[in-house]
Amino acid sequence: MGSYILRRLLQSAILIFAVATLIAVAVRLIPGDPAYVLLGEGQATPDRVRLLREQLGLEKPVHIQYLEWLGRLARGDLGVSLISRRPVGPDLLQRLPRTLELTAAATFLALLFGLPAGILAAVNRNGPVDLGVSVLALLGVSSPVFVLGTLLVLIFGLYLRLFPATGFVDLTQDPVGHFNRLLLPAATLAAAMAGVIARMARSAVLEVLGEDYLRTARAKGLRERAVILGHGLPNALIPVVAVVGVQMGSLLGGSVIVEYIFNWPGLSTYLLQGIAQRDYPVVQAVVLTVSALFILLNLLTDLSYGLLDPRIRYG
Amino acid sequence: MASTFSRPAAATAGIRPRAGVFFRLVRTPRVVGPAVFLAVVAALSLLAPLIAPHDPLEMRPPRALQGPGPEFLLGTDEYGRDILSRLLYGGRVSLAVAVGSILVAGVVGVALGLAGGYYGGIWEALTMRTADLLLSIPPILLAIATVAFLGSNLANLILVIGLLYVPRFARVVHGSTLAVKQREFVEAARVVGARDLRILLTAILPNILAPIIVQASVSLGFAILLESGLGFLGLGAPPPTPSWGQMVGTGRGYMHLAPWPVLWPALMVWAVILAFNLLGDGLRDLLDPRLRG
Repeated sequence: MGSYILRRLLQSAILIFAVATLIAVAVRLIPGDPAYVLLGEGQATPDRVRLLREQLGLEKPVHIQYLEWLGRLARGDLGVSLISRRPVGPDLLQRLPRTLELTAAATFLALLFGLPAGILAAVNRNGPVDLGVSVLALLGVSSPVFVLGTLLVLIFGLYLRLFPATGFVDLTQDPVGHFNRLLLPAATLAAAMAGVIARMARSAVLEVLGEDYLRTARAKGLRERAVILGHGLPNALIPVVAVVGVQMGSLLGGSVIVEYIFNWPGLSTYLLQGIAQRDYPVVQAVVLTVSALFILLNLLTDLSYGLLDPRIRYG
Repeated sequence: MASTFSRPAAATAGIRPRAGVFFRLVRTPRVVGPAVFLAVVAALSLLAPLIAPHDPLEMRPPRALQGPGPEFLLGTDEYGRDILSRLLYGGRVSLAVAVGSILVAGVVGVALGLAGGYYGGIWEALTMRTADLLLSIPPILLAIATVAFLGSNLANLILVIGLLYVPRFARVVHGSTLAVKQREFVEAARVVGARDLRILLTAILPNILAPIIVQASVSLGFAILLESGLGFLGLGAPPPTPSWGQMVGTGRGYMHLAPWPVLWPALMVWAVILAFNLLGDGLRDLLDPRLRG
């Protein structure tokens, strides 16, 4: 297990390094003066072009540029915003917890609804409950976040006025208001994941239901509820965990649009603002940070298998 | 010994009656239903210039934000443009980007996957590690960043979305190639002196078409999702060309006055992606039961 963890850690570190390199190389592949192209016609004031050229180190030979950039990155220096002239790192750190909160809340909601739905569907196989869950899961999986988010704002924010349609208040200032504003974006983000979890839980439980050890559990007189929750579920959970890990990665992607719709001031709004102002260092830093999170999530998913299933041993 | 005995079975499994598969597809409502729906949407979009009741770009400020009625069947948007006509024309953008990008992804991904699976070694390492790399950046993020800096025209959209889906095809094809290249008919082809390219195209490719088709139908749905998401953020096909995502994105600003400009394109995107998912599931169950998740 120890050497497996070490190997996966090393792989993840290499992957993050590779993503950083890819981003750096991609900029150099832009024909013409990258600083000018990145800033675009309207925003390319001589001042900003100079600042960006300096940050990208365009005057120096390519390998020196690359090494210097890596060196700064290793020290946690993500560059300076071309618009606000503030270091990108602290601004990013301030917004990161909000995106993580949104993602965590969505995962929680998805598990809260998806897992019991999937188990119920499996236990009532081919019944009306199963059909209902299948249809809902399909609708959830197929719902684009921008469509669902917009419709939720329309229904709950504008017509029913149950929740504030958009916005953000700090948790310390107004906890109730904070969670009120978290619910709609989190639900939007959760829908697809809940669908995937329900489907996965259903098929995993169905598979486990036929196993010998469940027959043994029933034979020794356990009640059906105890058989399924105590013996079936822990074994059925492994593929579900895998799905949750992978899906959390796509939540990070989906949060770009959800934060935009609900005006949630996380990483994605920072990214979109950076794009609108062609603030290249900001865009680069956000893409790198989210990709690193994505890679770490995959790592944690892989490692959690061993904890859930003692039969899995890593060589 | 076991392999000697299983040989005839493996050989007959390789020669599948293709017509049989087609008839099975046609008789499966779960495949035919969404396929017919998508065909109708595609046909309506292609025929948009002939059947659209109005010019999708013509503005009529006094008639802005009208509800559905006899003149404008689905209502008008904030500039008084006919929503139905814009919906029909918008389908052309979504479908063109989706089909174009999956063609790019399919051709490049299949070539890389075949080379990686067949030759192994450096090819395999190169293909699979590049796939890992591209898969470790959330697609929408990469698409947003690239399109934003390189400009959002149709060609860039197709290239970027296509590139994002290369790894998915490469992985599926790589795995299937590994399985198929051990089979006797590939060895037989090699024994009679067929060149690598010929073996790849005539012996291996036809036998791994099923997972490729399944991947393509699922990816088409994702491509539409990505294209409409970019359009929603204002990073899709440049205006005034209508696209579904962009219609939802701009209509959002007038949602408190009239829901129609948002509702129709939103339901359209939802229905199309639902159809692609149903089609993908149905095809997978029929063509490639091993992939059932």
